[in-house]
Amino acid sequence: MTHLALMTQHLDQIFVLTSHWLLSYLPIALQPLCSAILSVAAIIIAFATLFALTTLLERKGLGRMQNRYGPNRVGPCGLFQPLADGVKSLTKEDIVPIRADRAVHFMAPVLLVAASFMGYAVLPIGRNMVMVDMNAGVLFFFAIGSLMELAVFMAGWSSRSKYSLLGAMRAIAQMISYEVPLVLASVVVLMQAGSLSTVAIVNMQATYSGIWPHWFVFTPWGFAGFALFMIAATAESNRSPFDLPEGESEIIAGYYTEYSGFKFALFFLGEYIGMFATSGMAITLFLGGWSAPFSFLTWIPSYFWFFAKLLTIISVFIWIRGTLPRLRMDQLMNLAWQFMLPMTLLNLLTTGIWHFMLPGFLRWIVCSTMVIVPCILLGSGLKYKKKFQIRTYHFSQ
Amino acid sequence: MVGEGILKGLAETARNFFGSYVSKDRLTTVQYPEQREPQIEATRDFPFLVYDGADWQQGMRCVACQICEKECPPKCIFIEKSKDKKPDAFGKMQIYPATFNIDISVCMSCQICVEVCPFDAIKMDVEYHQSSDDRFGALLLNKQRLSKSNEYYNAIHPTEASAVDAQRAEELAKLEAKAKAAAEVKAAAEAKAAADANPALNASPQQPAGDPQ
Ligand code: SF4
Ligand code: SF4
Repeated sequence: MTHLALMTQHLDQIFVLTSHWLLSYLPIALQPLCSAILSVAAIIIAFATLFALTTLLERKGLGRMQNRYGPNRVGPCGLFQPLADGVKSLTKEDIVPIRADRAVHFMAPVLLVAASFMGYAVLPIGRNMVMVDMNAGVLFFFAIGSLMELAVFMAGWSSRSKYSLLGAMRAIAQMISYEVPLVLASVVVLMQAGSLSTVAIVNMQATYSGIWPHWFVFTPWGFAGFALFMIAATAESNRSPFDLPEGESEIIAGYYTEYSGFKFALFFLGEYIGMFATSGMAITLFLGGWSAPFSFLTWIPSYFWFFAKLLTIISVFIWIRGTLPRLRMDQLMNLAWQFMLPMTLLNLLTTGIWHFMLPGFLRWIVCSTMVIVPCILLGSGLKYKKKFQIRTYHFSQ
Repeated sequence: MVGEGILKGLAETARNFFGSYVSKDRLTTVQYPEQREPQIEATRDFPFLVYDGADWQQGMRCVACQICEKECPPKCIFIEKSKDKKPDAFGKMQIYPATFNIDISVCMSCQICVEVCPFDAIKMDVEYHQSSDDRFGALLLNKQRLSKSNEYYNAIHPTEASAVDAQRAEELAKLEAKAKAAAEVKAAAEAKAAADANPALNASPQQPAGDPQ
């Protein structure tokens, strides 16, 4: 039995042990540097592969939701489609608008990809599998995440195209508006965990009472926080139904209208990597990171659970994308400032009350009411306020 | 209820997603190179020239009247008349096109050339596998590439083609009847002239006419 336990433990730590074993052959002075390079390489390879997989999954899934086959030509069941896409985008001509600011135009996709990868430094992908255990990890993550806005605006500004600029403006407006509820929604976890370190937050959730884990999502405030976080994360990563910055049908492709070839692919990559990162953060904060959903499943390696949860969230993203139409700009802003912001603030209060009430049935009832009732009231209130009227167009008459 | 519509929508897409794996009739996509949908009869893309019989040069219906060339809106037809003549389907001597080119990279498939042709010589084709790596040469169809038999026309547009055939047969019959009548008139006139010239033989040509049968 101990033999088995040891084996599962080794399987769980296989990447950590391999890395240590590899590093042990190097002189002591070189070890920290090489360790960093090794982890970076591992993260880039793992998530780039996940990106390839996701593009395929997305195209297939969306196809099926629209009663189509999706890509099925390259390789068995279209499995090599991402490869074909990659080769295609590499061989395409790279066009830069003649009046574009070349340097900034070139920098934007690079910065976007770099910024989106940097967030992974603090994500615990498995037990002991985090690049840097920063004591302000969550803060670092959101700070890096806001770099993406800069990249987006660089792209829109340097292209010298009205579509790019409009797309960039929309993107900035949207990302900044949703950054607020995104951060506020995650604050509840920090209040409860009392730490900004991602590792500490996951460790807190990786305990069990009976077979049930202590994930934050299984509390009223945690659940509300998770839902709000995911909505804001969808908007942050410019995904449907919040894909106004791209809006193919309105402004061609938004801020990357003027990008082609591999730079376009980089934007695509950056956006997906960013989406994985925010999903990973949601998993870390609310879904217990790498911990297993039941105590009797802990023998399965921790990184497996992380990726399983990530894939689940990605599937939900795809599902949402296949279902909802795009919001209008005013609807988007209304949602952010009139619904999301009050709800997140209220959720902070709920968390405080939860913290100071004694554990028991009563605090469940109080906190659930505090989440559900305002949600319904606010939602129907906003719906009620909407007036239907004949529009007058001032300039066309 | 707030969010009810969203849930309904999610259920619908989920139903589509799983349904498409279960029932094949949901997937209406045709897997193109392997599977083809049958074309409807009114399909059309580019014009072709119809010929009768087996020899495309002999049977060519076109008489190089150049009406289609003048009417074609984007001016993609180019015709050169021949110097000599050949008999057409009705036996009449006609000129024929020495050159007949249609640039299908310009043609907009409007079918006006077909509408205006008085000789049923030009019709719309259904062949759409026209892609090629030669941008100019392969899309400039010459007389030979344009010529397709009347049987082919019957195969692709049966209703329309049989109507055309019937009409042409009628015309041909009319012409033949006219020719016969003209021949009879001519024969009668000749006979009369002969009788007039030679009254001694008066009785003999009238014999069949006067035969009371
Ligand atoms: S179909 Fe129209 S465009 Fe094409 S050749 Fe005939 S008249 Fe010209
Ligand atoms: S195709 Fe018809 S209209 Fe055109 S030149 Fe020949 S006979 Fe005349």
